Amino acid sequence: MTEEIIIAGFGGQGVLSMGKILAYSGVMQNKEVSWMPSYGPEMRGGTSNVTVIISDERINSPVLSVFDSAIILNQQSLDKFENAVKKGGLLLYDPNGITRHPVRKDINIYQIAATDKAAEIGIPKLFNMIVLGGFLKYKPIVQDEFIRKGLEKSLPARHHGLIPENEKAIKTGTDIVKPYHTI
Amino acid sequence: MKELRLMKGNEAVAESAIRYGVDGYFGYPITPQSEILEHLMAENPYEKTGMVVLQAESEVASINMVYGGAACGKRVMTTSSSPGISLMQEGLSYIAGAELPCLVVNVVRGGPGLGTIQPSQADYFQTTKGGGHGDYRLITLAPASVQEMYDFVGLGFELAFKYRNPAMILSDGVIGQVMEKVVIDDYKPRWTDEYIKKTFPWATTGKNPNQSHVIVTSLQLDPVKQEQVNLRIQAKYRECEKNDARCELLNCDDAEYVFVAYGSSARICQKAIELGREKGIKIGLVRPITLWPFPTKVLRDMTSKVKGMLSVEMSAGQMVEDVLLATQHKVKVEHFGRFGGMIPTPQEVLEVLETKIIGG
Amino acid sequence: MNESIIKPENLVYRKTPVLTDNVLHYCPGCGHGTVHRIIAEVIEEMGIQETTVGVAPVGCSVLAYNYFEVDMQEAAHGRAPALATAIKRLKPDFHVFTYQGDGDLAAIGTGETIHACNRGENITMIFINNGIYGMTGGQMAPTTLEGMKTSTSPYGRDLRTMGNPLRITEILAQLPGTYYVTRQAVYTPALVRKCKKAIRQGFENQKKQKGTSFIEVVSNCNSGWKMSPVASNKWLEENMLTLYPLGDIKVPTENK
Repeated sequence: MTEEIIIAGFGGQGVLSMGKILAYSGVMQNKEVSWMPSYGPEMRGGTSNVTVIISDERINSPVLSVFDSAIILNQQSLDKFENAVKKGGLLLYDPNGITRHPVRKDINIYQIAATDKAAEIGIPKLFNMIVLGGFLKYKPIVQDEFIRKGLEKSLPARHHGLIPENEKAIKTGTDIVKPYHTI
Repeated sequence: MKELRLMKGNEAVAESAIRYGVDGYFGYPITPQSEILEHLMAENPYEKTGMVVLQAESEVASINMVYGGAACGKRVMTTSSSPGISLMQEGLSYIAGAELPCLVVNVVRGGPGLGTIQPSQADYFQTTKGGGHGDYRLITLAPASVQEMYDFVGLGFELAFKYRNPAMILSDGVIGQVMEKVVIDDYKPRWTDEYIKKTFPWATTGKNPNQSHVIVTSLQLDPVKQEQVNLRIQAKYRECEKNDARCELLNCDDAEYVFVAYGSSARICQKAIELGREKGIKIGLVRPITLWPFPTKVLRDMTSKVKGMLSVEMSAGQMVEDVLLATQHKVKVEHFGRFGGMIPTPQEVLEVLETKIIGG
Repeated sequence: MNESIIKPENLVYRKTPVLTDNVLHYCPGCGHGTVHRIIAEVIEEMGIQETTVGVAPVGCSVLAYNYFEVDMQEAAHGRAPALATAIKRLKPDFHVFTYQGDGDLAAIGTGETIHACNRGENITMIFINNGIYGMTGGQMAPTTLEGMKTSTSPYGRDLRTMGNPLRITEILAQLPGTYYVTRQAVYTPALVRKCKKAIRQGFENQKKQKGTSFIEVVSNCNSGWKMSPVASNKWLEENMLTLYPLGDIKVPTENK
C-alpha cells in the first residue's frame, strides 16, 4: 500500500498540521511516511500545501506531481491540483468559497462543509480535523487508535487536553462528508 | 536506547549534533535551514551535554568561530544555505589550509545571487572543486533522507578528524524541509579536555611544560615549505579518494540504463525508476554518497554494463562533468536538470531518459 | 668580559620565557616588540602560560604567533575576535587574547570587533593603532589622520573623499559588553609601565567574567611614516594623541 496525498489551502487553515497528524499516525502504525511542505512566504498567509506519503515500503520521491488523493481547501489549490489527481483517485474539497467546482469525471470527488461545521461548533481550529475525518472515511489508511497516538505525538503536551475534542471533530467529519461525483 | 521520531531533515541535523557530542555550533539564520539553529536553541544543549550554541553576527563570523574551536581540537560545526556558504569560503580555505577538522552543512537553495529559497543542487562545483582559494577539497557527503541527515553528522566528523579537513554535508531544501522517520541515538558524552589534549597534539589545548607551543596557522611565507604543506595535503586527499568514496547502487543488477543522481534528485529518480520499470525499461540508480571523493571507479566499471547514463541534478549540469570524467566517453552520458529552485518531476526525468538516452 | 659578575643578585634584565627566542621581524623602532614583551611578561607573572591561547591577526603582527610561547592561532584578516569567542566559549577557564592592528580590527574586522565586544566576550583584546597599513607597504588605514600621507592617500587624507579617521575605541566603550576600555602608548618608559598595568588588568578581568577588556596602544610606524624612530615618536605625541588621547575610557565601576 502506498498513498500519495496532497493537502492544499490557505496558510492558517491547518494544512501542515493536518498533514503532520496524518504522518505521525502512519509512523505509529509502523508505516513509512514522508511529509514535504511548500515553504517560504506561503507560511505567512498565502497558499500552503504539503505532500504526505504513507506506505508499506521505502518511500522514493518525497516530491510528486501526481497524487492518489488531493485534499483541497481553497479555489487556487483546486485550480492547481485538480488535474494532478491520478485517474481513479480521490479529491476531497470544502465548497466554502469555491466558485468553480471540480469537473473531472474520472476521479471520485467528495465534498465536506468543514468550514461551516467548525463555525457551527464554535471552534474554528477544529476545521482541519473535520476535514481529516472526512478523508479517512474514504481512505482508511490509518486506524483510529493510531490517529489518537498521532495526535499525542504531534501536539505539544500542553495541548493534550484537547485530544478528545480533536477526535470528536474527526468523527464529525466522517458524518458530514458526502459524495459529489463518484465513478 | 534508540528512539524513533518524525523529524525534518534540518531538525535531525541539530538533534544529531547534540546527541553525537558536538562541542560547539556557531551559525546565522538563513532559509531554508533556520530550523537547525532554532532546534538547537530550543533543546538547550548546554544543559544536556555542555554543547555551546551561539548565534553569530554573520556567516563570516560563524565560520571563523568554527576555525577557533576546531583549532582547540573541539568538534565544532556551522550550517547555512548557499549565499551564506559563499560568505564562508575564505574561512573554509583557512581551515583546510591549517588542516583542521570541522563540519559544515549547506542546505542548498537556488541561485545565483540572492536567488530563491527553493531547493537546488547548484552548489556542487563550489563544494567539490574547492570553493575558496588554493588547492583544497571538502569531504562532501550528500544525504538523500532525513535519516542520512542525522547519520552524516557523525560520519562527517569521523571523516573530518580522520583527514584533519573540513567536511561538508551538501543537502538541499527538500531534504532539509521534509519530515521522515528517524532513529535517534542516546546522548553520547562529549570528549573531555584531557582526551583532546592527549589525542590531538596539533590542537591549542594550552602549552605543555617542556614542549614548545602549538601554532595553528595556514601561513607559510616560504614557497618551498608551502609546497611541502600542499604535497602533504594532497597525499591526504589521495588516501581519502582511495578509502572513502561511497555510493549506493539501486536496481543496478539488471539495469540497461542508469540515473546518476544524489540527494533529493536521487529520490526523484527512484520514483522514475519505479515508473520506468512498470513500462518494462530496466533502469538503475547510481547514487554518489560522497561527492568528493567522487565514486569514479564504480561509474567507470558501470560503463561496460549499461547502454547509457542520465545525470540528473537540480543544476545546469555540474556533477555531469565528474560523471563524464569517470566514464571517459565509453558510454553515452547526458545531463538533465531543473534549476533556480525548480524540482524535476519523476515523469519528466523518465521522459528525458527515454528521449535523450534510449531514443537518442 | 668579567664573568664573575654574572650572578643572580646582579641580574637587571631577563627575557621572559613567554617570549620565544625567535628574532622579531618588526622594524627597529616599532612599538610592536614592546607590546609583545609586555603581554608575555604579564602572562609569566600571572602564571597562566599553560592556560592561555592567543590569536594573531593579518597585518604586521601576522607572525606574532612565532614570538609568544603560548598556544597560538592565526586568524583570517579581521576575524580574530570570532576565533577568540569560540576558544573562550569552549575553554572558559582559559585566558584568551587577540592582538590586532588598525586595519584588521577597525576596517575589515569591524563587525567581529563590535559584536565580540557587544556580547561581552570574556577576552582581552589588544589593539595596536599606528594609523597605517604597515605590512602591505604603508596604505591608508581607518585610523589614518586627516592630511596624513600614505601610499593610497599620497596627497594626504582628504576627509571629503576618503572619510574620517575612526575612533573605534570610543565606540566600543559605549557598548554594554565592554568592561574595561583604555588607550595607552609605549614610547616612553613611564608609558610602558602604565601600559603594562593596563594589560595586566585586562588579563585579570577575564577571571571576573564581566565582559571584554579592550586595550588600544597608540603606536608608531617609523617605516610607514617614513621617519626615524625618534622622530616618529615625537610625531605620534604631537599628532596622533590629539585625536587618540591616552587614558582610561571605561573603567570597571569598582575601580572608580
